[in-house]
Amino acid sequence: MITLSVNGKSRSVDILGDMPLLWTLRDVLNMTGTKFGCGAGLCGACTIHLDGKPTRSCITPASMGVGKRITTIEAIGTTPSGRKIQAAWLALEVPQCGYCQSGQIMSACALLDAKAKPSDSDIDDAMAGNICRCGTYARIRAAIKKAAGVGSAEG
Amino acid sequence: MSAGELTSPSRRQFLVATTAVGGGLLLGFGLPTRSELRDTLTTDAPFAPNAFLRIDRAGKVTFVIPLIEMGQGTYTSLPMLIAEELEVDVDKVALEHAPPDDKVYANPLLGAQITGSSSAIRGMYLPLRQVGATAREMLVAAAAQRWKVEPASCLASSGAIVHVPTGRRLRYGQLVDAAARVSVPDKVLLREPSQFKLIGTPHRRLDIAGKVDGTAKYGIDTRVPGLRFAVLASSPTFGGRLIAIDEAKVKAVRGVSEVVRLDDAVAVVATNTWAAKQGLAVAAPQWDPGPNAKLSTADVVEQLARASEKPGAIARHEGDAVAVLGGAPRRVEAVYQQPFLAHATMEPMNCTVQVTQGGCDIWVGTQIPGITQAAVMKLTGLTRERVRIHNHLLGGGFGRRLECDGTLRAVQIAQQVRGPVQVIWTREEDIQHDMYRPYYYDRISAALDAQGKPLAWSHRIAGSSIVARYFPPWLKDGIDPDAVECSANHPYDVGAIHVDWVAQEPPGIPTTWWRGVGVTRGTFVVESFLDELAVNAKADPLAYRMALLDKNPRAKAVLQIAAERAAWDQVLPSGRGRGIALCTGFGSFIAQVVEVSVDKDGTVNPTRVWCAVDCGVQVNPDTIRAQMESGIIFGLSAALYGEITLKDGRVEQSNFGDYRVLRINEVPRIDVALVKSQESPGGIGEPGTSCLMPALTNAIFAATGKRIRKLPVSDQARSAE
Repeated sequence: MITLSVNGKSRSVDILGDMPLLWTLRDVLNMTGTKFGCGAGLCGACTIHLDGKPTRSCITPASMGVGKRITTIEAIGTTPSGRKIQAAWLALEVPQCGYCQSGQIMSACALLDAKAKPSDSDIDDAMAGNICRCGTYARIRAAIKKAAGVGSAEG
Repeated sequence: MSAGELTSPSRRQFLVATTAVGGGLLLGFGLPTRSELRDTLTTDAPFAPNAFLRIDRAGKVTFVIPLIEMGQGTYTSLPMLIAEELEVDVDKVALEHAPPDDKVYANPLLGAQITGSSSAIRGMYLPLRQVGATAREMLVAAAAQRWKVEPASCLASSGAIVHVPTGRRLRYGQLVDAAARVSVPDKVLLREPSQFKLIGTPHRRLDIAGKVDGTAKYGIDTRVPGLRFAVLASSPTFGGRLIAIDEAKVKAVRGVSEVVRLDDAVAVVATNTWAAKQGLAVAAPQWDPGPNAKLSTADVVEQLARASEKPGAIARHEGDAVAVLGGAPRRVEAVYQQPFLAHATMEPMNCTVQVTQGGCDIWVGTQIPGITQAAVMKLTGLTRERVRIHNHLLGGGFGRRLECDGTLRAVQIAQQVRGPVQVIWTREEDIQHDMYRPYYYDRISAALDAQGKPLAWSHRIAGSSIVARYFPPWLKDGIDPDAVECSANHPYDVGAIHVDWVAQEPPGIPTTWWRGVGVTRGTFVVESFLDELAVNAKADPLAYRMALLDKNPRAKAVLQIAAERAAWDQVLPSGRGRGIALCTGFGSFIAQVVEVSVDKDGTVNPTRVWCAVDCGVQVNPDTIRAQMESGIIFGLSAALYGEITLKDGRVEQSNFGDYRVLRINEVPRIDVALVKSQESPGGIGEPGTSCLMPALTNAIFAATGKRIRKLPVSDQARSAE
C-alpha cells in the first residue's frame, strides 16, 4: 500500500512501488486526464507536476511520488498559472485533436511558474519534450506568451 | 484518402419529417449516395434520414452528428451550417454522436459513414443547410397557421418565428408539435451568401473546453465497472505465427489474470496496464516468422522498380506522348520514391470491448463506425443490434482510424475474457504494426521544345492499391483513382500526356490511407518534376508554372498570392533557398512557398512557410488556418524524417526516438492567406500536407543544387557540396 498526495488529496493505493505514476493515475485512480503517448519519456503526453516540477509520469515509479505534491491536469486550473494558461489556450484555440494538450499545458504551467516572462528559447527548452502531431506548436508558443503577458508575436 | 472525389454526389435530397419520440420535431435527410458499400449496408429504411435535427418543446436543438471530431473542427463547422439556416445560436446546438449506419448516416461523397477524404464540408455544405432551412420553413408554416397569416409575412429570428407586421413572436419550442404535422416542403430557399451571419465568420471551437482541463474523453479514457487492461504483442514479422509462450511465468506477475493466444499475437490481461506490460515482458513468445521473414525495404523497392518497367493501366492518354518523347531532342526523366509511413497518432491504438450474452459493446474512437460494426458482426456472428459502437473523440486520425484492425483484435481478445477489457497498443506495437502509407515508385519524363516548354509528358506510378483492398467498387476502369490522384488530373498544360498505373503490393505489408495519400504522392512527384523542368528551361519556377496554367485561374491566383507574401523575387544569401508548389487536391487550391537554410553539415532548417488557400466558400475561417498550420507541420515531419523501413521482415522503427517528428523548436514561422471565394467548398484537412513536401524539396534544391527525388530528406542535403 502506497499513499500519494494527488491534487491536494491523500490517496492510498494497493500497488507495487514500481508502477509508473501514469498507470497509477489512469488505471488505479481512474484519473484519465493524464495521457499515455509513448511509455518512454519521449513525447510528454503524460506530463504531471511533482512538487511543481514537470515530470514524465510514464517513466516515474509511484514510489518516487511518495511524500511529494502530485498535480495533474484535473487540478491545474486551480493554480494561478494554470488558470492563465487554460484561458490563453482557449482564446487562441490551441487544441486540435487535443490528446497531447494535457501534457502541453502541464509543461507550459511549470515554465510560467519557473519563469514569469519566458523568452522564445525558454519556451523551446521547456516545451521541446512535448510532441503534438496536429502541429499546434505556433499556437502553443503564442498562448504561453499571451498567458505571460509578453506580447502576441507568433512563431 | 481521396477516393471519393470521382463523381459528384447527386443533388437530389430526400427529406422526411416525423414526430419524434416524446414530442417535438424530428427532421432528417437521406441522400442517395454515390455507390453501394460491400457488406456494410446495415439498414433497410429506404428514405431514412442520415442526420437528425431534433427540436424539443423547450426549444433545445439537438444535432445527431454523423461525423467524428479528430481536431479538424467538424463539431463546430457542421452545426454552423444548420444554425445558419435555422436561425439559432450555434453554441446552443447540442451534439449527439450518430450510431453506426452506413446508409442512414452516409457521408454523401463517400457512400458510407466515413470521416475522411477532407470531405465533411464538401459533402455536408448543402445537405445540412437544407436540413436547417427545411426545419425553419416548417416552423414558419406552423406559426402562420396558428396566426392565420401568410407564411411570407413571418420570419425566423433567434430561435423564434416573428410575424413581421404585428411583431407577434412564438419560440421554436412552442411550435414543434404543430411543425411536425406540417408537410415537408419540396423546395426550400437557402440563404444568399451575402446574407450569411455565421458562414465565413470565425466561430469559437465547441470541442476544446474539455481539451484544456483533462475532461475530454477519447476511446482510451473509457472506464466501465470491472474493467481490466490488456497489452499485446503481434508477430514481429508480417504473416508470422505464435508458437509458444511462457504462460506460467506471465501468470506469476502480480495483477495478471489471463493470457490470450491468437494465431499471430499474444495478449496479457491484468488489473492495470502496467501489470499487463510486465507480464508481456516475461512472456518470451516464440514465433514462426512466416513467409516474409527475410523481407527488407530493398526487396520492396526492387519489386516496384521492376513493376514500373511494365506498361500499366492507362489513367490518361491524350495525344501521342510516347512518340513525341521518342523523337524529342530535349528530354528530362526522373524517378521519384516515397517511403512507407506510419501515422503515429498521439493516442495509440486502443479499443475497449465487453462481450456478454447480450452482445458486444465497443468503446473506441473511429472514423468508420459503420464499417467497424459490420466487421465485428462478421467476426462474431452477432446481429447488428447486438454490436454497439460507442464512438469517442479521436486522439488523431490521419487515416489510421479509417481501419478497424485494432477493434477486431480487441474483440478477439475480449471473446476469451470475462468482463470488459481495454486493449492498448504500446507505442512500439503502434509503430511496428501500423497499416502504412504505401511505398510509391514513380517514373516520369517530359519532352521539351526549344524554349523548355513541355511538348509531351509521361508518368507511370507503381505502388500498393489501397482502394483495391478497402473498397474495390471505387476502382474505375481498372484504375485506382486514389493512386493516380493529382497525376492523371494535374492542372498543367503539358502537351501530349500519358499516365499509367501498375499495382504492386508489398509482400505481407499492410497499407492504408494517410494524410492526403494519393494527393500527397502525386503532388510531390508532379511539383518536383515541374521544378526540374523549370531548371532545365532556365526559367523561374513560379513563372514556368504560371505559363502552363492558363486554363486554371484559381491555381494561378494562389501561386501569385503565396509568392507575393513571400517576396518571391527577393535574392537570398547563400545556403538559403525558396521552393514553391501547388496542390489542387480535394477540391481546393493551395500554394506554398517554403524557405530553408541548409547548414554546412547539410542540416535542413525550414524557417518560413507562406501558404495561400482558396478552398471555395469558407465556413469557419480560423479552422482553415489551423488545418493549414497542422498540415504543414505534419508534412514537414514526414518529408524531413518520416520513413518506415524493413529488415528481416520486421519494422526497424519503434517509438518517437527513431520515428522522428517535428518538435516546437524545429517549426518554421507559418503565414496563411485565405482567399475569398464563392466557389463550392473544398477540403482542407489534407492538402496542406501534400503541398508542403515538394515546396520543401524545391527549396532545398534552390539552397543547395541538390534535387531530392527520394523521401525523406534525412541527410541527403549533406552530399550537396
